[in-house]
Order: sequence, then structure tokens, then C-alpha cells
Amino acid sequence: MNILLILLASAVRQSTPLLLAALGGLYSERSGVINIGLEGLMLAGAFTAASVTHYSANPWIGLAAAIVAGVLVALVHGVACIRFKADQVVSGTAINILFLGVPALLSGALFESTGATPQLPQGQLIPLAPIVLAFALVPVTWYVLNRTPFGLRLRAVGENPEAADTAGVDVARVRFAAVMLSGALAAIAGAYLSIGQSSLFARNMTAGRGFIALAALIFGKWRPVQTMLACLLFGFADALSIQMQGVSQVPVQFIQIVPYVLTIVVLAGFIGHSRAPRALGVPYQEKR
Amino acid sequence: MKLLRELLFPLAAVIAAFAVGAIVVLAVGDNPITTYALLIGSAFTWPDGIGYTLFYATPLIFTGLAVAVAFRCGLLNIGAEGQLYAASFMTAWVGITFASWPAWLLVPLCFLTALLAGGVWGGVPGVLKARFGAHEVITTIMMNFIAVALASYFTQYHYKPQGDPILETVPIGEGAHIARLGKFIPGFPERIPLNLAFPLALLACLLVYFFLWRTRWGYEIRATGANPAAAQYGGIAIGKQIVLAMSISGALAGLVAVNEVLGYRYRYYDSFSAGYGFTGIAVALLGRNHPVGVILASLLFGALLRGGLFVDIFTEHVSKDLVMVLQGIIILFVASEALFRGLSRRRIKGV
Repeated sequence: MNILLILLASAVRQSTPLLLAALGGLYSERSGVINIGLEGLMLAGAFTAASVTHYSANPWIGLAAAIVAGVLVALVHGVACIRFKADQVVSGTAINILFLGVPALLSGALFESTGATPQLPQGQLIPLAPIVLAFALVPVTWYVLNRTPFGLRLRAVGENPEAADTAGVDVARVRFAAVMLSGALAAIAGAYLSIGQSSLFARNMTAGRGFIALAALIFGKWRPVQTMLACLLFGFADALSIQMQGVSQVPVQFIQIVPYVLTIVVLAGFIGHSRAPRALGVPYQEKR
Repeated sequence: MKLLRELLFPLAAVIAAFAVGAIVVLAVGDNPITTYALLIGSAFTWPDGIGYTLFYATPLIFTGLAVAVAFRCGLLNIGAEGQLYAASFMTAWVGITFASWPAWLLVPLCFLTALLAGGVWGGVPGVLKARFGAHEVITTIMMNFIAVALASYFTQYHYKPQGDPILETVPIGEGAHIARLGKFIPGFPERIPLNLAFPLALLACLLVYFFLWRTRWGYEIRATGANPAAAQYGGIAIGKQIVLAMSISGALAGLVAVNEVLGYRYRYYDSFSAGYGFTGIAVALLGRNHPVGVILASLLFGALLRGGLFVDIFTEHVSKDLVMVLQGIIILFVASEALFRGLSRRRIKGV
């Protein structure tokens, strides 16, 4: 029984960064902007949170700084994709590559290290708040999407930007808001990794979680509740592989690939069908 | 005039990226001019600088070509990384399993394995897209992780030398080794790992050019990429082109194995790739999805990889991660000016 509880608790912890990032991706993608830069945004958030917490000795300031950093980086993605109509996948890839490099470069300059920040004391961590936030955001996101004017506009520009434009919605503005929101949430996801789950930033510490979050988003059909369930499933797989390390005969690699295989299976339409927002990935040219 | 324009935009993007990079270097606390002098200067010394620059450029030519071929069909292959891992492991596996075979048999066999394994790993997302409409960006990302995990599993549990602390396979047979260029070039030491994979990469560029612009299949791939609806109306089977383009793309990425396994380490080494598959995207974009452009862009990034090592050692604060930062900025700039080009016409669904 005890081991099961440990496993479940671990699953919730593992799914938290996935959920935060996936909800971030949800806002962006429901507005029609692909965000495969989640990984890079998370790294930006994780590094900023750890460094600022190190200097300020206050994790809340670190978290706030991470959010600012996430929004700014997402803004770069937004400017490229919305303003300059850059290919959204390519821009996201650039963000990912950029933020493999930037934290490493800065940590070398700030802390004389090769990609890590100094260890933070136990008292300067926020291990619980991001978990609560992540799961509280699921109903909030549902409500925002389905019951508020902003949510309506968001879905409208993601499904049919021409119609939204005709109805007087500023497509670019809504998309910018959505992309920045996704940057903020992905940054919190990263911050949870560096000042929640562990106590420092390490090189490439997201280890593909941004992509798993993206997978969960697709697995969850771009809907908040389903996305949460997908995150829990993937988080559980992650927790299982950690618990089984060295104990079981099943190699961890086989558990690690579960989310990826499932996503391919879902995309191929073998389990239900996952339909993307109709205008996803299509830059919108205003009609005036 | 057209050529000048084709050269001008990438050049402007590179210069702009270096300018932004200079600000980063300044912010970190070093002198950008000396840093760049070190970065570029150390990449072109004879024989080490040039040798290593070409050695690093070799996998990038393969992955750049891979991404470019898919791009020409309107597909974004983010999976070159997984394709080169799948191919490298399989190539090493063949080299280990048939270690006693003579070189004239084993080298071609390993070569074909690299092509085939990469081709299959790229072809599967192609089939999934053509048959089920699954978007290639997501499926190739997922296939990347699957390739890395599987290769790491087989290495760790089945092919690792006893007691080896490093995650790598046992060596391949001597018959599978291909020659280093030092053997043929006087004054060029054999310790530099530049090998026959480099001329092979140049040959691949020539073949890809011939294929895309001088054959019917190539024409159909480009027609599909330029305007799928028109291509279909004109009687081209879109699905077939997608599978073909993704398979060729994967096979090209798979040839990285020739450089890595047959010409350099003579074994499969876990997570050896310095993001070659992703840099391939930058290479293809910067090289305008043209084989000649791919060569030029690969040389630039190869030089940066080489020079980055020296920046790491000889500057006060800047690390070799500067190269990654430059790469990211270059992609952003190139992508953002793509609005002037056909690229933004690409329509993506279902990511």
C-alpha cells in the first residue's frame, strides 16, 4: 500500500511540469499558434527562477522573474510568427536551440559553472505551490475557454480567423495574448523543476518534458481536462520508471517511450481522433 | 540577380545573428571582437582547424540535405536526429554482428544498413502522414525519443563491453572501417577523423540536386511541395510523394552513421550527436533548401562547432554554448524573413 502511495505522489509531482506546460501550449495552440518551443520556454523559466532565487533568497521573486522571462521569450516567438509570419514550427525550434545555449552561457558568466546554478537551501524552495496551481488551472482554463469573452475570441481566431476578424476581433492581439500566456505557464513549469522539485538549475534539465507536454496536449485533444488526464498518465509512466530503476527487470527505456508511442498511435487515429484547431499553424493576414 | 538575392538574405541573417551574439558576449563580459576572431580563426588553421571544420560539417551536410528534401515536398522533418540515431545503432549492429566479414562485403553492407535504417525511421512518419494524416512534425519528434531510448536500451543491455563505464557498444569489425582522408592527402595527419564520409556527403549533394531537378520523381516531389492541390489535380499521387520524400530524407540523415560509426568511433556511442538533426534544420533553412546552400551553411556551422571549442577554453567567460545561441538566432532571423519567400505558404495542420 505504502509503495502505491509513494508512486501516486510521485506521479502527481512528475505530471505537474507537464500539466503547466501543456496548459500553456493549449492557450497558444487553441489560438492557432503552434508552440513546439515549450521546451525552450521551460528552460528559460527554470534558469531564471533558480538564478533570481539565488540572488534574492526569495523563491517567489524567482518565480515572478521566471514568468517575466517566459513572457518575453514567448514574445519573440509571437513577433516572429504573428508579426513576421514566420513558420511557427521553425520559430519554436529556434527557441528550443537558443535556450539550450543561453542558460549555459549565462551560468558560465554568473556562476563560473558549465551550465548549473548554485544549490539553493531547502527553505528557498516552493515544492507545493506549483502543484496546486497546475491542477487548479485546469477548471480555470476550462472556464476561461468556454465561458468568457476572451475564451470565445481565442477559440474563434484558432478555428476561423477570417470570421473573427470580420466580427471585429483583433486576431493578432488575441494570438499575442495567448502566446504570452503560454510563455508564462511554461516558465512556471520550468521554475517548478528548478526551485520546486530540485534545488538548482542543471543543463538541459527539462530533458524533453516540453515535448511530452506537447504530446499530452495532442493526446488530450487540446482540451483542459483530457490534457490533465494525459499528463497524469505520462507522469505516472515517469514515476514508474523512477521507482523501478534498479529494482525491476523491465528496462526503464521501455517505460520512457510509452508517451511517445501512445501519441503516435493517437495521431494515427487508432484510439479516437485528435483534431487540431482548424487554423493551427496558419499565419493570418489581416484584411485591410 | 536571382543568385545575388538568394545569397543576400542568408548573409544578412548571419550578420544580424552575429550582431545580436556580440551583445550577448558583451553582456557576459568578454570582448566580442576577440571572441569572434577566436571562433572563426581557430576554424581555419591548417591542418587541424580545416580538418575538424570539415569533419563537423560532414554530418550537417547529411542532415541539412535530409531536411531540405523533405522541405521541398512541403514537409518539416524534425526527426533527422532520431533517424541518424536509428541508422547509427543499426550500422554498428551490422558491423558487430558480421565483424569477421571482409571489407569489400562489410562496408557496402553497413552503408546500405545506414540508408535503410534511416529511410525506415523517416518513412514511418511519411506513411502515418499519407495514410492517416498524422502530422509529421509531431510523429518525427516522438520517433526521435523512441530511437534514442531503443538504441540506449540495446547498447546498455546487450552490446556494452563488460565493465565499460561509458555507454557504448563493443567495436565493429575492422572490415567495416572506412579510410580517413589523411591516408590520401600528404601533410594531413590521420589522427584528424575527417574520413571518406566527407566526399560521400558532397556526392550526396550532387545526387540530390540531380534527383530533385532532373528526374521525374524529383519534379513530382517539388510539385507536391509547391502546391499539393495543383499537384494532385495534375495527376500526382500526393501520398506516394510524401512517403518517398520522407524515406529519402531519413536515408540521408542515416548516412551520418557512415561518418560517425564507420569513419570515426568504430562503434555506437550513446547520445553522440551534438544535435546534428536539429542543426540540419538551420542548415537547410540557411542554405535555402538547395544542395549548394546546404554545403555552404554546413561549412559555417562546422566552423562554429570547431571554433566553439576554442572559445570555451581561451575566453574568460564565454563558453562553447555561444555557438548554440548563434544558431538559434540565425534560425529565428532566417525564419522571420521567410515571409518574402514561398516558405510561409506551407500550410501546417494538426500540430
